[in-house]
Amino acid sequence: MESLDENTLKKLEILAVDIRKHIVEMLYKAKSGHPGGSLSAVDALVTLYHTIMKQNPKKPNDPNRDRFILSKGHAAPALYSVLAEQGYFSKKELNRLRRVNCMLQGHPVCLYTPGIEASTGSLGHGLSFANGVALAGRLDKKTYHVYVMLGDGETDEGQVWEAAAAASHYRLGNVIAMIDRNFLQIDGNTEDVLQLENVADRWEAFGWHVLEIDGHDINEIYDAFHEAKAITNKPSMIVLNTVKGKGVSYMENNVDFHGVPPNEMEYNIAMEELDLMKEKLGASA
Amino acid sequence: MNKKQMKNPRNAYGEKLVELGEKNKDIVVLDADLSKSTKTIMFAKEFPNRFFEMGIAEANMISTAAGLASCGKIPFASTFAVFATGRVYDQIRMDLAYSQSNVKIFATHGGISVGKDGASHQMIEDIALMRALPNMTVLAPSDATQTSKIVELMADHVGPMYARVGRANAPILYEPEYMETLELGKGMIVEEGDDVSIIACGTMVDTALDAQRRLKKKKISAKIIDMHTIKPLDEKLVLKCAKETGHIITVEEHSVIGGLGAAVAETLAEQSRNPVGFYRMGIRDHFCESGDPADLLKKYKLDPTAITKTAEKLVSD
Repeated sequence: MESLDENTLKKLEILAVDIRKHIVEMLYKAKSGHPGGSLSAVDALVTLYHTIMKQNPKKPNDPNRDRFILSKGHAAPALYSVLAEQGYFSKKELNRLRRVNCMLQGHPVCLYTPGIEASTGSLGHGLSFANGVALAGRLDKKTYHVYVMLGDGETDEGQVWEAAAAASHYRLGNVIAMIDRNFLQIDGNTEDVLQLENVADRWEAFGWHVLEIDGHDINEIYDAFHEAKAITNKPSMIVLNTVKGKGVSYMENNVDFHGVPPNEMEYNIAMEELDLMKEKLGASA
Repeated sequence: MNKKQMKNPRNAYGEKLVELGEKNKDIVVLDADLSKSTKTIMFAKEFPNRFFEMGIAEANMISTAAGLASCGKIPFASTFAVFATGRVYDQIRMDLAYSQSNVKIFATHGGISVGKDGASHQMIEDIALMRALPNMTVLAPSDATQTSKIVELMADHVGPMYARVGRANAPILYEPEYMETLELGKGMIVEEGDDVSIIACGTMVDTALDAQRRLKKKKISAKIIDMHTIKPLDEKLVLKCAKETGHIITVEEHSVIGGLGAAVAETLAEQSRNPVGFYRMGIRDHFCESGDPADLLKKYKLDPTAITKTAEKLVSD
């Protein structure tokens, strides 16, 4: 396997900043939504859609496509931004998030938005859904992969462990899951709310191939997906160590920005910071 | 009617699944450690690679079925009615109803006549729960022949559906030919009558027919409706009953809250131009108990005697 070349890496890093700008902008305009868990998920989503997944925005229902399921549905702004950048729908739609008569609902809905595979928002369902897609792929002798992203707090849900057991039992090597391990959920630190550690050990005990990486390092993310794809006799879990609110200084590791949008002053600061980040990467704001 | 021939609707389900599975490779079946009871084991034996044993993990079963459906499969997911609805309401709501997923939930052991296991296993709110969900079709076939036809229609119809049968062996009410014209959402007039309409579903259709024969001897002519589809309800037929008989009784092995009786009541209250004498027979807002099914149905007034008395009273008032 070859690593990402410098140019692609740079391009993706700049794109990740753009996605973060979209997120801040969308939530500011919608005056609601979940910035923290959207920002932490960005780098994995950008890497996945732009370098790993076999998908075509012009053929969103191609039976051979790779699928991505956002089980932590509240990170919808991140996914919507990535899908818009891919061309699944116009970027103008992003400005209409959460408005009446808009395709971009507060949480993803498969019926309304091209590129959305499953309706999520009630936590704990996505991995089970992914297993179903994987089983169908096996029956139909398809070679696609199913990617699914869970929140770390989401794994409090019992259904996640039903699905973890089933994916292992059925040896679903075509399932590649991620946990956005940002250590925060609404009521506080995940370890105070309902202890999750040791996350990697838990998944290993359920029979999964587990990788633990820096969830903001695009090179590491890229390599991890390739390693996971090579594992065919069991499902893979990539634990993405991330920072909630990543990229906006006052949102980072701040649980107050789980489900609260930026006000005008905060919005301006966020956009300045992100523009500065783009300039550092050698791109114009 | 001669001595009743019996056939368990669960067996009709299992046999029909095998028949459908032979014709259509997209049919897949999921069960949660109850395949011997729900009879999905028949399909499992014929098509082991299209049968998914999910273990005692119903939530995962429902969402997995939705994933299969998203790839063009036609999943039938089965377990007891208690576990197939209340336990997994959120999964059904998000992954099936909201997403208009083509998953068919076929539940067995609905109602109180599961008997001795007690109220933990007696599902009397499933129809109410499923009726409340947008996009959901709700079915309760009454005998093996109708079950067979309804399972066939479920496979053809695109969209989420819920069907429930009881546990017990049941008399065969219909010849297969009689089912050729069966349509989902269209109730069946099984007996014509002028004085009272008894609208029943599932296990209670046979009981209503027993009552109809008893009422006949008392010179009360009862129209019997087999309302196999509770949602969408055949409102036209309900209004026709109101107009033609002026008295309506609903009978179901279910709570009177939210089920067939409630659906009929809503239709009458909003749409009937005729004053109607009306009564809902069913479980009146309480849990039941362990017991022999016949004893339970008698105690909770879901036997022919109770229906006969209710009809007599209603007509004489």
